[in-house]
Amino acid sequence: MEVPILKQGAFLIATFQAALSDADLNHLRMGLVQQVVKFRSRAVIVDVTAMDVMDSFASRTLREIAHMIRLRGAETVIVGIQPEVAFAMVQLGLTLEGVATALDLEEGLAYLNEKFKVTN
Amino acid sequence: MSAEEIRVAINSDQDIVSARQKGRLMATELGFSTGDATLIATAISELARNIVSYARKGQITLKIVNGLNRQGVAVVATDDGPGIPDIRQALRDGFSTSGSLGLGLPGVRRLMDEFEITSQPGRGTTVTVKKWRP
Repeated sequence: MEVPILKQGAFLIATFQAALSDADLNHLRMGLVQQVVKFRSRAVIVDVTAMDVMDSFASRTLREIAHMIRLRGAETVIVGIQPEVAFAMVQLGLTLEGVATALDLEEGLAYLNEKFKVTN
Repeated sequence: MSAEEIRVAINSDQDIVSARQKGRLMATELGFSTGDATLIATAISELARNIVSYARKGQITLKIVNGLNRQGVAVVATDDGPGIPDIRQALRDGFSTSGSLGLGLPGVRRLMDEFEITSQPGRGTTVTVKKWRP
């Protein structure tokens, strides 16, 4: 299952689907970093609203994506972690340390617009 | 349609997704809240991932279990893989032999109500976890 990546001005928006396999996540990781380079993007928003399970592999991949994008000089914001998913992540001992998060896509865009003072 | 027992063969990362979806459906049909169904689905995901990472293939069995005056879901993860030589060590947070996060088993134990593991080096591992409907 392909994850659509939208270009929105200086930002990229990747929207996760519910049933992403490990291979899909790995594919997305490469795709996102390549597109950040191609479009000289300032930031990436990863929207995980539709994800019903965030296990150790998925959260590690998200952390890796954020770190790779930071090495490119851009920023990552994870948006839309559902309350029950957040609860399960904490129980499992998973963290997204050092990665910005926001309530939803709107909040994520507001955060980045404020930070980069750009008008998309 | 709520079968008493569902078996899912675990051979690839795609099967991990299918196992956790079936588990979530079973939990929801049994009346578990979305929150508890998410905990169960997450536990299934971790157990299935252990099978793929350590044993390459195995099976996840999802069962409806009846207690004295309660019902629950049992998840049995079985493989014929290399087994775990030191279970106590494997149950400690931060331990991993496959280069993964190593949070798998202790995390799964926290997600569920009951946790049982048997493993024989060279013969395989069986992990059984249960969650009771409150």
